[in-house]
Amino acid sequence: MNKKILATTSLAGCFGCHMSILDIDERILDLIELVEFNKSPIDDIKKFTKPVDIGIIEGGCCNSENVEILKYFRENCKILVSLGECAIMGGLPAMRNGIPIEECLKEAYIDGPTVQENKEHILPNDEELPLLLDQVYPCHEIVKIDYFLPGCPPRADLIWNALYALITDNPMEIPYEVVKFD
Amino acid sequence: MEKTNNKIRITIDGKRTYVTKGSTIVEAAKENGIYIPTLCHFEGADPKACCRMCTVKINNRMMTSCTTPVTEGMEIENDTEELNEVRKSIIELLFVSGNHFCPACEKSGNCELQALAYRYKMLVPRFPYSFPRKEVDASSPKIIKEQNRCIACKRCIKTIRDEHGKHYFAYKNRGQHLEVILDPVLGDTMPDDLAKKAMENCPVGSILYKEKGFDQPIGTRKYDKQPIGSEIENNV
Repeated sequence: MNKKILATTSLAGCFGCHMSILDIDERILDLIELVEFNKSPIDDIKKFTKPVDIGIIEGGCCNSENVEILKYFRENCKILVSLGECAIMGGLPAMRNGIPIEECLKEAYIDGPTVQENKEHILPNDEELPLLLDQVYPCHEIVKIDYFLPGCPPRADLIWNALYALITDNPMEIPYEVVKFD
Repeated sequence: MEKTNNKIRITIDGKRTYVTKGSTIVEAAKENGIYIPTLCHFEGADPKACCRMCTVKINNRMMTSCTTPVTEGMEIENDTEELNEVRKSIIELLFVSGNHFCPACEKSGNCELQALAYRYKMLVPRFPYSFPRKEVDASSPKIIKEQNRCIACKRCIKTIRDEHGKHYFAYKNRGQHLEVILDPVLGDTMPDDLAKKAMENCPVGSILYKEKGFDQPIGTRKYDKQPIGSEIENNV
């Protein structure tokens, strides 16, 4: 059997969802028999080297780089999976949504009670920095997403069940206890 | 159950049952171990029928079962694909119309809105998120009113009152600006037990008792293992 090819990325996320992938424990040995990893922080491949079957997205889109990578994934992956609350609804970074971006930046870099050494009141403006979006967007509001696995982080059993079903082309079993939003 | 004088016969999803005359469909169903989902309804208080979660079909017409009394021979559709789809859509709309950040919510695991989403297998809302800007009012000594999570169900307004019947909570503004607020004067002298009750009666995490954080480990909370409504269904 040809191995399915997997790619993962973390956009505006905390890497907790990737940690939860590792939380499948010894089943990771089974996984490695079934799949080959392409672009992913796990193997540090930076660019897609071949077409990918399943792309796993952690985190929502808070800046231009996130959008670029998400679109890059969509172009190169047959199936895209939103993994975790941030990818699905923006998550904690989206708590800034509804607050004007200027207000957010001022609070973080100028007026905040913990700001000590920004006497010239500079907001981050290096051209290397990706541009912040007006709000944090869920991934499916930017590109088409095929499957959603909620959780913060998603339970390892949910990830395993879903991945196993996708890899082996079987229907997905979702026990009640494994789908949680927190 | 034998038919007696104060019982009438109704049919729910083709199952014939005898129920107490004068009860509402929700109560009658519960009496028979059948769960009809509710959200704005609070047992013991007058039904408001604003959330429409308890929608059932009678004579091919959608009705709210928390306000409709049972009548002899009534045929009710409840657990059907069509109705469950309607209910799921209502939950999705509630999720996108507020700011429901479950991972950061003290009520997560004990939240009825979240539990209904689990029960009706919502993985993602099909509607765009609105991310409205809402305030958090922590001015009262006992309570935090988190407007991001409020679903305006009116349960706190109806059930939290002082010994003279005065309401601690009230509606403010209209339409999409509608908010439930805590009376600033009464709120200052709110007794401890009433503040705790307000948090309990709130179906979501919009009313928080101050200085109470996350005190229940994940896995032991109300809806961690069993779906909402299973306590009714298992009680036949």
